[in-house]
Amino acid sequence: MPFACIFVPSFPLAAAFRGDPELRARAVAIFEGRPPLEKIFAVNESAGRLGIAPGMAKAQAELCPEVTLRRRSQLQESGAHAALLDGARSFSPRVEDAAADTAILDLAGLESLFGPLPKIAQNLFSCTAELGLEANVAVAANPDAAVLAAHGFSGVTVIPAGQEAERLGPLPLEVLFVETADDPGPSARLLEILDRWGIRNLRALAALPEVALSERLGQEGLRLQQLARGAASRTLVPVEVPLVFEEAAELEHPIVLLEPLAFLLNRLLEQICARLASRALHTQELRLTLELENFASVPRTMPPTHFSQPSPLHPPLFQRTLNLPLPMRDAKLFLKLLQLDLNAHPPGAPIAKVHLAAEPARPRPVQGGLFQPASPEPEKLQLTLARIAGLVGESRVGSLELLDTHRAEGFRMRRFHPGATTAEKTSQPGKEPCAIALRRFRPRLRVTVTFSNGELARVICPGKKEMQGGVLWKAGPWRSSGDWWEREAWARDEWDIALQHSEDIALYRLVHDLLGGGWFVEGMYD
Amino acid sequence: MSAVFSTSAAASRPFVFNREAAAPAGPQPEAELSEARPPQRVVSSQAFKDARLAGITPASQLAVRSAPEMVSSGIAEMDGLTGGLPRGCLTEICGSASSGRSTLLLAALAAATRRGEFSALVDASDALDPQSAADAGIELERLLWVRCQPSQPPEGRLEQLMRVADLLLESGGFGMIALDLGDIPPQNARRIPLASWFRFRRAVEHTPTVLLAVERQSIAGSCSSLLIKLASLPRGMEMESRSAQPPIPAHANLLTEVNITAELLRSRLDRKPVRSAEITFAGKTAWAG
Repeated sequence: MPFACIFVPSFPLAAAFRGDPELRARAVAIFEGRPPLEKIFAVNESAGRLGIAPGMAKAQAELCPEVTLRRRSQLQESGAHAALLDGARSFSPRVEDAAADTAILDLAGLESLFGPLPKIAQNLFSCTAELGLEANVAVAANPDAAVLAAHGFSGVTVIPAGQEAERLGPLPLEVLFVETADDPGPSARLLEILDRWGIRNLRALAALPEVALSERLGQEGLRLQQLARGAASRTLVPVEVPLVFEEAAELEHPIVLLEPLAFLLNRLLEQICARLASRALHTQELRLTLELENFASVPRTMPPTHFSQPSPLHPPLFQRTLNLPLPMRDAKLFLKLLQLDLNAHPPGAPIAKVHLAAEPARPRPVQGGLFQPASPEPEKLQLTLARIAGLVGESRVGSLELLDTHRAEGFRMRRFHPGATTAEKTSQPGKEPCAIALRRFRPRLRVTVTFSNGELARVICPGKKEMQGGVLWKAGPWRSSGDWWEREAWARDEWDIALQHSEDIALYRLVHDLLGGGWFVEGMYD
Repeated sequence: MSAVFSTSAAASRPFVFNREAAAPAGPQPEAELSEARPPQRVVSSQAFKDARLAGITPASQLAVRSAPEMVSSGIAEMDGLTGGLPRGCLTEICGSASSGRSTLLLAALAAATRRGEFSALVDASDALDPQSAADAGIELERLLWVRCQPSQPPEGRLEQLMRVADLLLESGGFGMIALDLGDIPPQNARRIPLASWFRFRRAVEHTPTVLLAVERQSIAGSCSSLLIKLASLPRGMEMESRSAQPPIPAHANLLTEVNITAELLRSRLDRKPVRSAEITFAGKTAWAG
């Protein structure tokens, strides 16, 4: 039963490179700890050549100007770990989360789906590279042999069944103790003993007589020998990889302008979309959370709903949620939508941390019909609607929904969602007489009305010259009222009147507000 | 120094049109030069003409533009007058207040949504009455309503309208895009540069979209393929005004029907001469039954 292991060497560095790919070309050192006791935790090869080594004080490393120093970020590492598991999960349903930098996959039965084992290993390598991680991939007959090979050999390694001892033989003994690196005491003692015996690699350890080794090192010695022979056998402990798609970035210097923020958002969105693609998922909701600095500078005009309650312990958070009508997975589109949204609702303070989360959703199963009328592309339409909302305002674009009321403006705007409607043709047009339309004046126009013998005689609208004069024709009043059980009660009398409009006659709807008082022209029949 | 024409039409036969350069290098007898020059001068001018006309199709060989697909306007009488509304073209509906422009607009939008198409209405004055839209038979979930900000001056609203129209045309996929400039004063509407209408015409060309503009007076000039002018009179009003009998009390009146007269002022859809034709149809109020 074949197993594969994906191992990411120098995981903190790899996580930093994933967050900022430009760092790969530079000498980079990762430090951790609280000031002033910050120490170098990991370095890349270029930094090592410059004399920077783990354990060095940060102040020492700063003396070398060529080295780029980055603080170890738990957020980046957790994102990289999730991406690693997503990559593994895209190949096999049985994945063991062995360590932050290691994932083990059960490849049983996958050959018929993905091809021979070398091809699967190569595809795993490419997949992790697409997710922004440089990993070693090894395939072997048991999980431990795969882990040892992934730790010992760079790139892609495939060990045929039965050749484990031979292939693992040249590896140094240190690969056996990688998992116990956090507690180096016992492993260092064992390594010292084996070194004194002249045992330097796995082949030498595998060749030792079992009984004699057991007498001297106990069960631990036998376990190490089984590992060195590639003969250890254990059951994989699969985990259910959670469907959480979150990426975050901490900034050394707060961002003030939205333009540099767009670069950062682009990177985070590409990471999230790559992870979603690896799980064959889309998203229907994007949540952007910005941790702000200097909250006092936030303008008071900003709606308080965008902010969390600031407290001395927790910095203020600026939150925006992008609800999409359909599941989508297009990083460029998401970036444009977020940019437009942030332009309309700027955070108003320097940004110290960016957190982006996507709610996963299954792709929409849509099959275009040959005879269906064309409809706007959902992705393109979303962008268009966002741009229009930026021009006219968010609440002024969408589709109409009539409310169950006789109130004059009994409607509300809702999101225009072409996917929600079915393409069904209804009755044939043109068979019924058309309905006369009313053009509303928003806001309605206040007018002065004069009566003659108790009847409407003249209308004067101070704002509109063309809407004044004698009433040529009138019909009404039609009384209506409603919502008397609520605060917004209304009651009115309506007239349909005709006024002379230059050379023509114009028809208006005149309203007398019985509760508030006053006469208004509400609209024009057109 | 020599200059050689090598255009697409004359690529296979390059000509030298510079007389000095045409002369072969080195001294030549005078007689030989005089013999060589005249034909070359003729060839050069011909070549210049050929090159200038390269890629231009003669008028006699121009292909006839295929007639656009016509769709129903939602009013049978109007379809009989114009043949419907053309896809991929700009149609202008103009008329004064209460002339029936909005009635025709809503009927056209209702017909489009009933065909299963998505439509967009860019409302410069925020004048759409939702109840009227529902009464006209518009499937409201298929209609995108863009309401320009009424607090803006007419120029600002026009700018918003043009930019929104640009975005919608670029987005594509709509069966009908209607621009409602019905309440914009003509003096402001005429400030829209003609280039914008040309751009719209080019953008909508070869697409299945019907571009409709509702306005008081025609403003798109030759960019519109159809120009319809409307006028109306409420039924019963004429009789009342001419009658010698005492006026009917207001509560006995009811606005039930409006007669709308449509006149086709311009049509670029067929190659017949411009014609002016009129029809009259009735629009009923929602409560008329």
